[in-house]
Order: sequence, then structure tokens, then C-alpha cells
Amino acid sequence: MGRFWSLLFLTVPIVGVGIFVWAMADLPGMKGHWLPENINPQGEIIDSLFMFILYLTGAIFVATSLVLFWFLWKYDASRCAEPVKYMHGSHTLEVVWSILPAATLLFIAIYQMNAWADAKMRRPTLPDGSLRPPLAEVTGRQFEWRIRYAGKDGILGNEDDVSIANDLHVPANEEVVLKIKSQDVLHSFFLPNLRLKQDVVPGMKQHVWFKANRTGVFDIVCAELCGWGHYKMRGRLTVESRDDFNRWLDLQSREQNRAEFTPTTGEAE
Amino acid sequence: MSTTTLDTHDTSAHGHTGGMSVGTFIKTYVFSLDHKIIGLQFLFSTLLWFLVGGLLALGIRWQLAWPWTDMPVIGRMLFSAEGGQISPEFYTTLFTMHATVMIFFVIIPILAGAFGNFLIPLMIGADDMAFPTLNMLSYWFMWPAFIFIGMSFFWPPYGAGAGWTSYPPLSVVTQAAPGSDWAQTMWLLGVTMVGISSMLGSVNYLTTIIQMRAPGMTMFRLPLTIWAMFITAILQAFALPVLTAAGFMQLMDRVLGTGFFLPEGLIANNSDPASGGGQPILWQHLFWFYSHPAVYIMILPAMGMVSDIIACFARKPIFGYKPMVYSISGIAGLGFIVWGHHMFVSGMNPMLGMTFMVSTMMIALPSAVKVFNWLGTIWGGKVQFTTPMLFALSFVSMFIIGGLSGIFMAATPVDIFIHDTYFIVAHFHYVLFAGTAMAVFGAIYFWYPKMFGRMMDENLGKIHFFLTFLFLNGTFFTMHILGAVGFPRRLADPYDYETFRHLLPMNQFMSICAICMVGTQILFAFNFIYSMFYGAPVGRNPWGANSLEWTAPSPPGHGNFDFQPIVYRGPYEYGSPEVDTDFYPQTQPPPTDPKRIHKPEQH
Repeated sequence: MGRFWSLLFLTVPIVGVGIFVWAMADLPGMKGHWLPENINPQGEIIDSLFMFILYLTGAIFVATSLVLFWFLWKYDASRCAEPVKYMHGSHTLEVVWSILPAATLLFIAIYQMNAWADAKMRRPTLPDGSLRPPLAEVTGRQFEWRIRYAGKDGILGNEDDVSIANDLHVPANEEVVLKIKSQDVLHSFFLPNLRLKQDVVPGMKQHVWFKANRTGVFDIVCAELCGWGHYKMRGRLTVESRDDFNRWLDLQSREQNRAEFTPTTGEAE
Repeated sequence: MSTTTLDTHDTSAHGHTGGMSVGTFIKTYVFSLDHKIIGLQFLFSTLLWFLVGGLLALGIRWQLAWPWTDMPVIGRMLFSAEGGQISPEFYTTLFTMHATVMIFFVIIPILAGAFGNFLIPLMIGADDMAFPTLNMLSYWFMWPAFIFIGMSFFWPPYGAGAGWTSYPPLSVVTQAAPGSDWAQTMWLLGVTMVGISSMLGSVNYLTTIIQMRAPGMTMFRLPLTIWAMFITAILQAFALPVLTAAGFMQLMDRVLGTGFFLPEGLIANNSDPASGGGQPILWQHLFWFYSHPAVYIMILPAMGMVSDIIACFARKPIFGYKPMVYSISGIAGLGFIVWGHHMFVSGMNPMLGMTFMVSTMMIALPSAVKVFNWLGTIWGGKVQFTTPMLFALSFVSMFIIGGLSGIFMAATPVDIFIHDTYFIVAHFHYVLFAGTAMAVFGAIYFWYPKMFGRMMDENLGKIHFFLTFLFLNGTFFTMHILGAVGFPRRLADPYDYETFRHLLPMNQFMSICAICMVGTQILFAFNFIYSMFYGAPVGRNPWGANSLEWTAPSPPGHGNFDFQPIVYRGPYEYGSPEVDTDFYPQTQPPPTDPKRIHKPEQH
């Protein structure tokens, strides 16, 4: 039976790597079972870091799993005639296999820092060096995303703001800064196709930024449990050309102003 | 290898036949001061909760595979109001209670409560714990916890629904989760009671291990199980007060209207404005300051027990005993400064994310050292593929996966994408189920003869192992793939999103594996109960192991040892040239012939 059990442990790296390769190669049965389409240059960096860690850990996974299999196969008590190696360890080996992983791990940590700073700390600036103002304000509330654009005056928080629910439009190929906050409980503003996620916390104002380089319609996901309706807190992100965006915003603004005269509009939906 | 004669020195409480008065029965088996009975009480209670937690998991899997469809047979009984379907409210309570039950009522008490209690005095050569009454209390404080958590199921939405992490404001503002008033309050009380129980236990373990070791049992002759229990007790003693305090703060926010975790003027779902002045993120810091060390509370004892099992069935000394001890201590020490890695995208200052990334990466190091040492132990041994050994080996194999997938989350930029997706769900199930739970199964098979004086059936055990191993990988390995797509956790119906719609067939595959995995546990339950009465009786040392518990009768009577154990060496002297047997119990005096004395090699 020792052979059987050794082989069972051999299947772990084989099947494990197999499933990942199957998904990554987009083969039938697992089509689209890998990183979703990325439309953000910052996301490319995140994806490449993901793949870098995947290859590195994958190599360690395969190597250690094969060693485990080989030792089980070779030192199976029912077949191995060699006497037990009576030893308590090796100082040299312990030092080697402490320093190597330590150096690797430290390297991974330092290697990631720049990408982290770009994603969360270095907000894009205008040509004059000042911080780029937010294009819109996104507010999470149970269970919708409220989106507010500055109106013609370019200032958020006054009367000519344009309010929309769950339908975020942004211009393509431009640095976009969004101000995000929460009105009630925790939510998380997750754009899978832009590799962007930020919890929104009541009482805090935060900014996220990205540059979408492809037009299309994408999902906005709430990724932090926010109550029974968490699953349906779904928004849509439309990336379009600057002209389309201006036209759309203009249209929204006009529709909203017209709607002001009808007394039934309590909720902007 | 095993002797099958009944031990004649058996003076245990089990020796009583008939004629036992009710009072004696209650004193012996219910309000017992004996650490072994208390350990078994913990074991039985936690195994029952294991069943509850497993069924709750199947509820989650049902919804993810066949959303909004009637659950066959039991659906109508459980959710008559929804016509046999799981409601979105109930879905939130399913994953909240699954995690709560598994973490606070299964893994922590089964490791520290059941195995800690049973093994510590036996393995260090003591007749009982330092404080037997405190020990009994630590079990009986679990009962209010059981009752509170049980009661939490009685108020709509039938269980707490704010996640096991219980993040405010959702968990504090009752209007935010309609109907959650009592369910969530009961949940908080239950978790606090578990904390008190663990605290009483940890004080006892620390004192016992420091004070009550048998003559000759130095700290560096302790089995690694005991080292792991010792370090775990330190973690519990220092981290738990923070959770208890935080739990009371949240309780006060809920029932007294304080505002530790609410910003000023917060209104959720038409609630009254909060008096506020607090911070929701403060709770996350306090919660993870306990709950991250708790992750190590949930894995270190398993690592210790696996080390003992692997050395015993490789018939070879553990490779690098001291590095193993240092790495346990290293994990525990670093475990206190990594809690922020749960909060990379929480809104915490991103600068902190960098420091937490470095400390988190470094904690992978002692884990790696442990894996290398286990491999080193197997190298050059004589591996016996018994059921406990198979479970221990699968722990190593699965822990490699669970440990490596942690590096993805530790890398902050990558975590932005995979945070709160199924990637993290895969990661902690590989550590906690494929790791700890498999180690616990192994430990039950390994120490069962000591607990009950009978063997569990090996063939059934191997079938149980094989099927569990297969189905657990079917259930959990695929979660990595879902995580790579960004599939979020805790969604009652993720298929509403275009991005995730095509993942339904894979979820159905996972759910079928999960159902089979839970079904497989019937084999274990049968084996466990059947062997108690009909298993093959064993002598003191059926596995040919070295540590002290195997020199006591099986099962040991009150007071454990029928002689004073004197310890001459560490517990891993398998294959020693000093003796003719391939094991060398810690109590066996060294050979009298000086030529046989082995000089330790220098390295």
C-alpha cells in the first residue's frame, strides 16, 4: 500500500499544476476561468506581480511536493531495507533553508512596494503639480452606489451636481480620480477589470484613481459584506470616449433639471 | 508492533461496572476534575459542533451551486416562509455561523480544550493539571457559549449575519440588518464566553507545563505537541483580553448607545443618528489583534501533533528539534505584528500596509523551516503508512499549498485584487480544513487507543482518509481558480454579475464534492463510536512510541501513572543504537553497558 499512498501524494503537484495550466490556457471546460480582462495600466503591474508570485510559489510547491513523494516512495517501510538514519538534524541545512527563503521573501516584499504606492499613495497630479480633483463622488449605501458629478461649474457639492445611481461613466485614456465614501455601513468599491478595490468607511473620505484604456461596460462589485442585500449591490462602469462622456453628462444634467419640476422624484433612479 | 492484551493495571474510572450511584456517575463523568474526562468532554462537544458547522457549510454550497432553488426534502421544513429556498438574509447567517462555529466552537476548543487537556499532563508526566477546578470551569464556561450561540438561531434572520468578523456599523446598528437585534447580541455573548473558557484553559496550561513536569523532563525534552500547546497558551493569554474588551465595547455600542465604533451622526437604514465619535476601523484593529494570533492558535498545536505523529511513523528522530521549537516561537512572536494584513484595503493608512507586508512575508519563513524539517524527518526513515500517518502527511502536503497561497495575499498590490475573493477562502480552508482538521483527524486516530483503550479500525480509517483527501481538494483547490477571476465571497447570488456568471458549473462541481466530503464523515463517526465498544483492545504502547503518555495504562486511570515517570531523554529517540528496539521510551534507563552508550554526533 505504501506505493499507492506515495503516488496519491504525487498526484497533488500534478493535478494542482494541471488545473492552473488548464485555466490559464483558457481551454474548453474552463473558459474565462482566469484573471478577467484588464483595462488599467496599473492593473497590468498587479497582474504581472500575481504571475510572478504564482511562478515562484508554483516552483516551490512542485519541488517540495515531489520531494515529499520521493521520500515516501523511497523510505516505505515495507520495501526499504536500509537501516534508519539515526540523526537529529543538520545545522548547515537549517541555516541554508532559513536564509534562502528569508532573502526571497524580503525581495518579494520590497519588489511590491512601488506598485502599492502607485495604487494607494501617489494620487495623480495636474500639470501644475496640484492633486487632480475627483471626477465624481461615489457613495455606497444599502444597497446601491450613488454617483455625483460636478455640474458645469466643476465643483462638487452644490446645486448643479448631477446625481445618478449605479451607473458610473468615465472617459477612456484619462487619469480618473474618484472620491469614494459610505453613507451607512462598510462597503467595498471593487472594479475587477481595473484591479481596483477600496473599502469605503462611514466617516472617512478616500480617493481612488485609475486610467481605463478600453471602452466598454464593466461591473462594479460590492466586496465587503453590507447586509442582506449585499449580493445585489451591483453597479455598472461605462468607459467611453471623452466626447461620448461629455454628451452623456450633458444629457444627464439636462434630464435632471427637467425632472426638478416633477414632484415625484424623491430618489434619483 | 502492537500488543493486544488488555492491561491488568487498568484502575481507571472506566473499570466501574454496574452499581455506580448517580452521584458518582455525575462526579466521574459530568463534573469531573480529571483532565482526561474534561478533554473528552471537549472532544465530544466539539465533534458535535463540527457536524453543525459542516451542515451550515452545505447550506452555503447549496445556494452557490443552485441559487434560489428549493432545497430537496429539508428545504420545506427549514425555510417554509420562503417556500424551501434560502433567503438572502439567511444566507448571511449561514456563512457567519459556519465560520463562528468552526473557529470558536470546533478548532480552538478541539486543539486547546480536547487535545491540550488530554495530552499535557500525560506527556509531561504529571498526574493532573495544576488547577483541576479551573480546568473543569474552562469546560463549563463553554456551555453558556453553546447556549448563547444556540439561542442566536432563534431570532430572525435565524442567526447573526454580520460575518464572523462582525464589522461595525453593520453589526452595531440594528436597523442596518433588520431583525438582528437579539441574534447579534447573543453571538457577541457567546464568543465572549468562549474567550473566558480559553483564558481559564491557557492559564492552567502555562502553569502546568512550567511547574509540573516529571523529574528529568527539561523544556528541551518536551514533545513538540507540548511546545506548541505552551506557545499557544501564551498567545491566548496575551491576545484574548483584547478581543474580550472589544466584544464588550461592541456590546455597549449595541445596547447602551455608546459610540466606540460609530462615526458621529451615522444613519443606517433610518436609524437614529449615532452619538458617534468613534471609528469603524478601530474594531478591525482590535478584532484582528486577537484573531490573527488566533489563526496561529488554530494551527500551532496541529503542527506539534503532526511532528509527533511523523517522527513516530518514520521511526526516526525529528529533524531539527530546536529549530522546530524556535520556529513555533517565531511564528507566535511575529503573529502579534501582522494583524494589519487583513486590512490592506480597509482604509487603513496605506503606509502601514508596507510595514505589515514585510512582517507578513517574514512569518512565512518559520513555516517554511517547519515544512523542510518534516521532510527531513521522513528522509532516511522507515515510513509506516498508518491512518494517523496518512493524515499527518496530508497535513504537510496541504499546508504547503495553504502556506504558499498566503504569499499572494501578503503582497499588498496583489491583495488589492484578490482581497475578499475566493482566493482567500481557498487559502484559509487549506490551512484550517486541509491543515488543522486533517491533523485533528490524525491525532484522533493516533491517541484514540490511549483515550479509550481500543484501536479504531485501520481499514475504515484509510478509506475515510482517501475520500476526505479527494473531496477536500475538489472543494477547495478550485477556489483558487475562482479567486483568480475575482469571484467575491459572501454573495448570495454572484451570478448577477456578468464577470462571474460563467462560474456556475465550477461551483456546482465544488458543491457536489463538498456534499460527498461531509457524507464521508459518516465513516468516521461510525468508526469512532463503534471502536469505543468493539475496537481491538490495546496495551500501553500500540504504536511503539516514546513519549510519556504511552507508558501509562490505556486508558490511564485517575492520577495517570501507576509509577513515577523519570525522564532520561527527549521523545524522538527512534532507531537509537543504544537499544535493540526501534523505539526508546523516555522513561527507559540508559543501558548499563558503557560500550552501548551512543555519543551524539557533532554538527
